[in-house]
Amino acid sequence: MASAGDVFRQGLPEVCAAGKLHVLAVDDSHVDRKVIERLLKISSCKVTVVESGSRALQYLGLDGEKSSIGLDSVKVNLIMTDYSMPGMTGYELLKKIKESSVFREVPVVVMSSENILTRIDSCLEEGAEEFLLKPVKLSDVKRVTDFIMRGEGMKGVKISKKRSRSDDCIPSLSTAFSSVSHPCDISSPPSPCVLQPKKSRLSI
Amino acid sequence: MDKINSRRQVAAMKQSLFDQGYLDEQFIQLEELQDDANPNFVEEIVTLYYRDSSRLISNLDHTLERNPVDFNKLDTIMHQFKGSSSSIGAKKVKAECTLFMEYCRARNGEGCRRSFQQMKKEYATLRKKLETYFHLARQAGPVETAFRPK
Repeated sequence: MASAGDVFRQGLPEVCAAGKLHVLAVDDSHVDRKVIERLLKISSCKVTVVESGSRALQYLGLDGEKSSIGLDSVKVNLIMTDYSMPGMTGYELLKKIKESSVFREVPVVVMSSENILTRIDSCLEEGAEEFLLKPVKLSDVKRVTDFIMRGEGMKGVKISKKRSRSDDCIPSLSTAFSSVSHPCDISSPPSPCVLQPKKSRLSI
Repeated sequence: MDKINSRRQVAAMKQSLFDQGYLDEQFIQLEELQDDANPNFVEEIVTLYYRDSSRLISNLDHTLERNPVDFNKLDTIMHQFKGSSSSIGAKKVKAECTLFMEYCRARNGEGCRRSFQQMKKEYATLRKKLETYFHLARQAGPVETAFRPK
C-alpha cells in the first residue's frame, strides 16, 4: 500500500484554454442531466452532457466509425456516468473507455441511485475512480473536480457515502495527464530520479 | 411590507412541505444551486420533472393494462421515475415508487395497480403544492430562499 511518501504530483491535468476541466457527463434522465450540468458549472468546469453510453462513445470517437488518425481526439479530463441506462450501462461504458488506448487514463466516476456493494466493487475493479450515490451533491462534485485539478492521489478513497474502503485499497494515483505513461514494469529497476508508480486498482 | 409578508408566506409554505414529508433535503440542495444568473433553476428542473413524469406515468398505465403484466418493464420504468423524483426531493412520491417496485418484484399485479393509483395521487398533490409554492416565490421576488426549514 502506497504511503504518503509515494504519492507525488504526476502532472496537472491538461485543461482547456479557459483553465477549466472538461467533463463529459452521461445520463439518460433529463432531470439528472440538467442537475449534473449545473453542479459541474458551479464547480467551474466546461461540461458536455450526453444521454447515453453510445452517444458518449460517439462523442469520444470510440464508436468504431472510421476517423482520420491525424485528427486530434476530443480532450476530456473526467467522465461522469450514470450506472443504470437503457442500451449500454455505465459499467459497459466504463469498460469501453478503459479498453481504449486514448481514453483509458481519463478518470471515470460512476453514479447510481442504488447502493449495491457488488455493483460498486465491479465498477472499481474495472477502473472507476469513484462511485457516487445519487442524488449527487455539490460537495461530491467539488471533491472529485478538486482532486482531478490538483492531479494528486487521494488517500483513503471514498467510495460511497455509506461505506469506506477497507485496508487493501491503494490510493489512486492519477497518471491521467502525464503525456508519458509509465508502464508498471516490475522487472526493471526504478530509475533514481523517478518514483515508480504503484499499479493501483483504481487507475492505470 | 407586502414583500415581507410574501416572503413569510413562502417560508411558511416551504416549512409545511417539509413537515408534511412532501419534500426532502434534495430540494434544498437544488435551491442552493440558484444564483442571480440562474434564479429559477429549481422551477426549471421541476418543470422538466413534470414532463418526464407525464411520459413515464402514461407508459406505466399502458404497461399495466396489458395481459400478462410485464413486471420487468414496469420495474424499469418505475426505476426511472423514482430516480427523477429523488433528484428533485419528492419524498412521498419516491416512497410510493419504492412500494410499487416491491410489488413488481413480488409479481403482485393487484398490489402494483393499487400502489400506482396511490403514487399518482401523491404526484398530483405534490404538483399542485409546488405550483402554489413557485407562484408565491415569484411574487416574493428573488431572495435568499435556500434556508433550511427547522
